[in-house]
Amino acid sequence: MAAAVETRVITGRDSRPPDRFKSVVGVVAATAPAVLVLIILVLLQQAWPAIKQFGAGFLTGTDWNPVTNSFGALPAIFGTVSTSFMALVFAVPVGVAVAVVLAEQGQGTIRGIIGTGIELLAAIPSVVYGIWALYVLAPWAYLHLEVPISKHAIAIGWLADPAVRSLFSAALVLAIMILPTLTAISRDVIKAVPRGLKENAVALGATWWETMWKVILPTARPGIIGATILALGRALGETIAVTMVIGNNYQIPHSIFQPAYTLASVIANEFNEATGRIYTAALVELGLVLILVTLVVNIVALLLVRSVSGDARANA
Amino acid sequence: MNRNLRRGYTSSFSLGLMYLLTVLALIPLGLVLWFTITQGFPSVIHSEFFLNVERPACEPTCPAVSQAGVAHAIVGTGILVGLASLMAVPIGILGGVFLAEYSKARWAGWVRLASDVLVGTPSIAIGLFAYTFFVVPFHHFSGYAGAIALAILMLPIVIRTTEGAVLLIPNGLRESGLALGLARWRVALQLILPGAAPGVITGALLAVARASGETAPLLFTSFGNPILVTNPNIAMQALPLTVFRYALLPYKSLQAQAWGAALVLVVLVLAINLMSRWVLRRQIRLAGQL
Repeated sequence: MAAAVETRVITGRDSRPPDRFKSVVGVVAATAPAVLVLIILVLLQQAWPAIKQFGAGFLTGTDWNPVTNSFGALPAIFGTVSTSFMALVFAVPVGVAVAVVLAEQGQGTIRGIIGTGIELLAAIPSVVYGIWALYVLAPWAYLHLEVPISKHAIAIGWLADPAVRSLFSAALVLAIMILPTLTAISRDVIKAVPRGLKENAVALGATWWETMWKVILPTARPGIIGATILALGRALGETIAVTMVIGNNYQIPHSIFQPAYTLASVIANEFNEATGRIYTAALVELGLVLILVTLVVNIVALLLVRSVSGDARANA
Repeated sequence: MNRNLRRGYTSSFSLGLMYLLTVLALIPLGLVLWFTITQGFPSVIHSEFFLNVERPACEPTCPAVSQAGVAHAIVGTGILVGLASLMAVPIGILGGVFLAEYSKARWAGWVRLASDVLVGTPSIAIGLFAYTFFVVPFHHFSGYAGAIALAILMLPIVIRTTEGAVLLIPNGLRESGLALGLARWRVALQLILPGAAPGVITGALLAVARASGETAPLLFTSFGNPILVTNPNIAMQALPLTVFRYALLPYKSLQAQAWGAALVLVVLVLAINLMSRWVLRRQIRLAGQL
């Protein structure tokens, strides 16, 4: 890869005029960090009335009542976190398997078709996943997964009382939506494993699976963990598809088959109808919690991925 | 020998499992496309769908051919994404040129990190931001506010793809330009950037595709509008908003409109994506020749 050309004169003083082009494009490029900082500051400022009134209790409160102006974010935080983690449980094994196939196996054409398919999966808009999940995926999952599972696991409380719109349906559609992120980055980090390692393993008589499981995947592990955390960030922030299938019920459900709510979907559903300073501020504070959590998650993930594959693309 | 046989079987079995999981991963793609096409098709075959604007639910006595359409949403999406591109693409390209040409600059690391973080920022939070800045002061929803929210989404994608495309250009080209005494900005903008054009266009196209399908940032900014408007200073409809609002209503006639709009959206987004892949392949071939 080409790097910037070092144009400084080797000996003597640098007598060239200052590089004005650099200043101009540098200032333009600063738009990105500036916007990011501005978003956080603006949300902080807008949420301030709620932060001042509820303090840390906002994060642990379970009540959401605009009439009595009593707001707590715990059910929404629970919904966001539990759907995202369930989505990871579903998506990570599949995503890593696809990444292995894309990085290590298959003919060029097969690989091309699979790769294109996964990329198109990433291209489909969230709202299209939403309408599909609402009319196809959630009813199907209710009939063929939720009901049979809860029937067989009758003694297990958190698998009881199935409903069409539930945490579980939301997690399923999230799993599909984060799969491309997981796959693309895992493929890159698996590809970045030095070829010599693989050749050594094969030369020692290891089978394909032993090479993969004991040599390549352990080497790529930090990057795969990074990809997983990056996918977690996407899942936490996903709004529309989740809003359409989670059931929008402000509670901490006793079962994963029960309707719930997430941070993003509370904002999507209620912000336009919110009246009153505290109500609006409480909704913005939900957004602030969401953006700060995804910020931390994303930065951790990016550092992990970069440590393995140099400069992996976050938008892959 | 027995043990080696078992190792071989384990290996083949795992390989088979990997392929099975890969097929499993592609099934949702097929299902989403299949249902969007079959459910949306009955709506989109009538020309009224593309020429008219929305009508109230017609239940229980619907006409044989629905008179409702999404012309206002298509025009709205076009204007919103067009305006967003006008803002995000030039800024993004210059930002990307900065990252590639001055990759060691003090700023560059921060810009790169901020772009990557911005890509992963929840779009609903960007919507809240745009609402505060561009809706509240003017006391009304507007297409401009929606376009700005979409531009913030597009910006990091354009920056990072432009950077990648410019970095593909061999250093020799840059050095020959400088050796001829060309100013730094001429080398970057008139020599390097044209060479990287296909990659840059790919990035812009991907950003457009992403912005066309976003719903969350538009909910509190462009808001939606049942009539066709071309003035971005008032509330505007967009295709994703039509899908989102109608899909959740209990009327079959409106749900059909939602599926139709979803089909238009999917065709639009997939067409842009396939086109950008084609442009990118040309870039790679081009870079090979330099």
